[in-house]
Amino acid sequence: MSNELIKQYITAHLPDAVFDETGEWLNVVVNSDSLKGLMAVLYGEPNYLNYLFCLTCVDYKTHLTMVYHLSASTNRNINIVIKTNLDRNDPFIDTVCDIWRTAEFLEREVFEMFGVTFLHHPDLRNLILEDETAIAVDDKKELVNEQKGYWPLRKDFEDPINMIKL
Amino acid sequence: MYNQTDIIKDTTDLGPDGELVVNMGPQHPATHGVLHLVVTLNGETIKKIEPHLGYIHRSIEKMCESLTYRQFIYVTSRMDYLSSHINNTACALLVEKGMQIEVPERAKVVRTILNELTRIASHELWIGAMAMDLGAFTPFFYAFREREMITDIMEDTCGARLTMNYIVPGGLMYDIHPEFQTKVKAFIKQFKEKVTEYEDLVTGNIIFQSRTKGVGVLTAADAISYGCSGPVARASGVSCDIRKIAPYDAYDRVEFDEVIETAGDSFARYIVRVKEMNQSIRIIEQLIDNIPEGEFVGKTKNVLKLNKGEFYQRVETARGELGVYIVSEGGTTPHRIKFRSPGFSNLSVLDHIAKNSKIGDLMATMGTLDLVIPDIDR
Amino acid sequence: MLSLESITKTTQDWLLAKFSPTMALTIECIIVILLCITLFAVLGLVLVLLERKVAARIQIRLGPNRVGPGGIFQTAADTLKLIMKEGLTPDTADKFLFNLAPFVVMMVAMLLLAPIAFAKNFQIWDINIGVLYISSVSSLSVIGILMAGWASNNKYSLLGAMRSGAQIVSYELSAGFAVLTIVVLTGSLQISEIVAAQQNGWWLFKGHIPVVIAFVLYIIAVTAETNRAPFDLAEAESELTAGFHTEYSGMKFALFFLAEYINIFIVCAIGATLFLGGWMPLHIGSWEAFNHIMDYIPSSIWFMGKTFFLIFVIMWFRWTFPRLRVDQLLNLEWKYLLPISLFNLLLVTVIAILGWYF
Repeated sequence: MSNELIKQYITAHLPDAVFDETGEWLNVVVNSDSLKGLMAVLYGEPNYLNYLFCLTCVDYKTHLTMVYHLSASTNRNINIVIKTNLDRNDPFIDTVCDIWRTAEFLEREVFEMFGVTFLHHPDLRNLILEDETAIAVDDKKELVNEQKGYWPLRKDFEDPINMIKL
Repeated sequence: MYNQTDIIKDTTDLGPDGELVVNMGPQHPATHGVLHLVVTLNGETIKKIEPHLGYIHRSIEKMCESLTYRQFIYVTSRMDYLSSHINNTACALLVEKGMQIEVPERAKVVRTILNELTRIASHELWIGAMAMDLGAFTPFFYAFREREMITDIMEDTCGARLTMNYIVPGGLMYDIHPEFQTKVKAFIKQFKEKVTEYEDLVTGNIIFQSRTKGVGVLTAADAISYGCSGPVARASGVSCDIRKIAPYDAYDRVEFDEVIETAGDSFARYIVRVKEMNQSIRIIEQLIDNIPEGEFVGKTKNVLKLNKGEFYQRVETARGELGVYIVSEGGTTPHRIKFRSPGFSNLSVLDHIAKNSKIGDLMATMGTLDLVIPDIDR
Repeated sequence: MLSLESITKTTQDWLLAKFSPTMALTIECIIVILLCITLFAVLGLVLVLLERKVAARIQIRLGPNRVGPGGIFQTAADTLKLIMKEGLTPDTADKFLFNLAPFVVMMVAMLLLAPIAFAKNFQIWDINIGVLYISSVSSLSVIGILMAGWASNNKYSLLGAMRSGAQIVSYELSAGFAVLTIVVLTGSLQISEIVAAQQNGWWLFKGHIPVVIAFVLYIIAVTAETNRAPFDLAEAESELTAGFHTEYSGMKFALFFLAEYINIFIVCAIGATLFLGGWMPLHIGSWEAFNHIMDYIPSSIWFMGKTFFLIFVIMWFRWTFPRLRVDQLLNLEWKYLLPISLFNLLLVTVIAILGWYF
């Protein structure tokens, strides 16, 4: 399946999706509300992009961008990158871990490192950092976060004790 | 940082239905490092496994954001320390891709040989450690006999035995040792003679087979859903060898088979790794006599600056697919770097496949997932 | 000829001539106790060194080679280290049981020494129910292990102890049935009579296939009973760190360690006595000259040789096989070994009644 077909398919599903083909792989920027629906469609039969091999977040100082790398497990040379921009002050997005089980851990990592809340995530707790710093209340966009401002991978994170400036 | 009373609460509390909650790790002989698993047991049967990570988290992704493109490669050797050459290769390839650096043929071939040697060394160590998890001590020493030859070759080549830092953007840091080819050939000869010894000791052993066959079965659909890669996914019948899918370095000019088993159990994962070692030997044999003469490093500027954009490079490490994702703003340091480590995804499957089995099975399953904790925590 | 038998006899005569019979008996008891303790210490050192050397040989390495010539003082140095170490008791442990457990395990091992015939007429206590005594006392060792596991107040210890309990209780059956085959053939429970019955050939050779089966079953069962690999689930270090002795340190740990080796020695000694003729030399039918040469080798050497051969076999197991899983372990006993033993015992009984053995 070529990029053109994927583009056609995505446009049919989401007319406002923005495509960017300058990189190695096809990039699709979508609205954060429609991301989950698009993912479910891409996972399903005609496209069969069922392998989520990388899920991460990038801090652009003005906004956060969730980046999903998708591939077809039958043909790993079909790769597309789906991106969605989030509000930096109140980042939240639907979880994809009911589509891909691997997203459960990857989203927990993004949650603690960037402070992105994943709605309907089954077990949104810290995975790498200490347990008690953040507790998410599921199904509601409500985050009891004691580590407000302590998101290590954000660009403005400062830790004068452990970080050495070069 | 840790609240001590909470840790104690963790260890003494019973589970929701009065089950026994056991903390395996961070200091435990079978977790190969500082993996912390909170295991809920009902008698000997495992009800739930919950990994707690971060004991060796060094924030490599954050560190790399303040290191230049020449420096950050050295940090990556410390991620998956058993395949440091391959990690370095991934980063070097990515920088080369971002800057369109031409890599000399000699460097490509030597990189491929070193990557395959690293893979063999890693699998050798894995066979020993895995057998040790199952209570057999002897295969460890047999496996280390051959692994020692590889580490000697590595020491000759780049001076280090574990964290090599030999591969740089553009090629290699130094030329290979004059006796490199002789030593690799001697290793291949010895390996072919001796590999059967510990295969006899392990593969045919009836206790080993009964401990691993049908244990920790991972179906192909689950392997895809959990994002597994490398031998773990290939043992479940998922074709995912990056060396075949997107050949890098000299992989496009060598012949080798992608090893695929379909059983998906621990024994299949064992078989995949053993066969992979033989395939690696096959690759090395094709290349070792054909190392082209010439430069070992391409022409690069002193200060490396990646073009503005996003770059993703996949390589096949001994544990699976390592992805390096760089967001560059055009400066000398990456804006954001993400390592998609194979162990992280492979670990996430542990709860799913080890549930409702015995504690002994957990060791077999965990052993065959081949977890390297610094790779998971990063 | 100077033999252990003549030494004991001279000593006893001398004691009886000097002291009253009660006093003589008391002094003899003290001598026996001292000898037992010395034997324990020496056996511990020798067996640990032997194990390390055997392991090294199997694993293509050298083993201990720095302390003393060829490393023979390595275990002595290790013991010294263990004595110097602090014996920690966890805060939440049941202190009394925690400290008692190693001694219970040790005492059981010591009690088992009584009916073993080390050489011709050299035996502490030739009790007429010798075999019954051995099988009943050896089953007590599980109490010490359960005590240690429970009192440590550690989950790994508890799991290890429970595994060990299930394992020892199950495998005792097979070991018991294997021992019974010899009792059936001999018609006596007394150790000296069992040895005497093998004057013209060891039971392993005289008793046809059924005794060979019983011997194999015995070796498997006692390997399990002494918690040795491949049946070392009670202390499976990759699963339960160290099982029932996770919390022990210093000399208390050393006692467990020592008891393990003493137990190996004892079960191998019993195996040698029952199946390989104890101190009896190897006699082959009518080869008079050969039999005479064999008689020249002292009986104590015969006994020790056979015992150490069996110990070597058990060590060989440990360094070759991976560990079984707990359900496989119990399956092996209840679904395979026990039915085979029962049938085998029946077969041996038929052979014994019809007199089909040599």
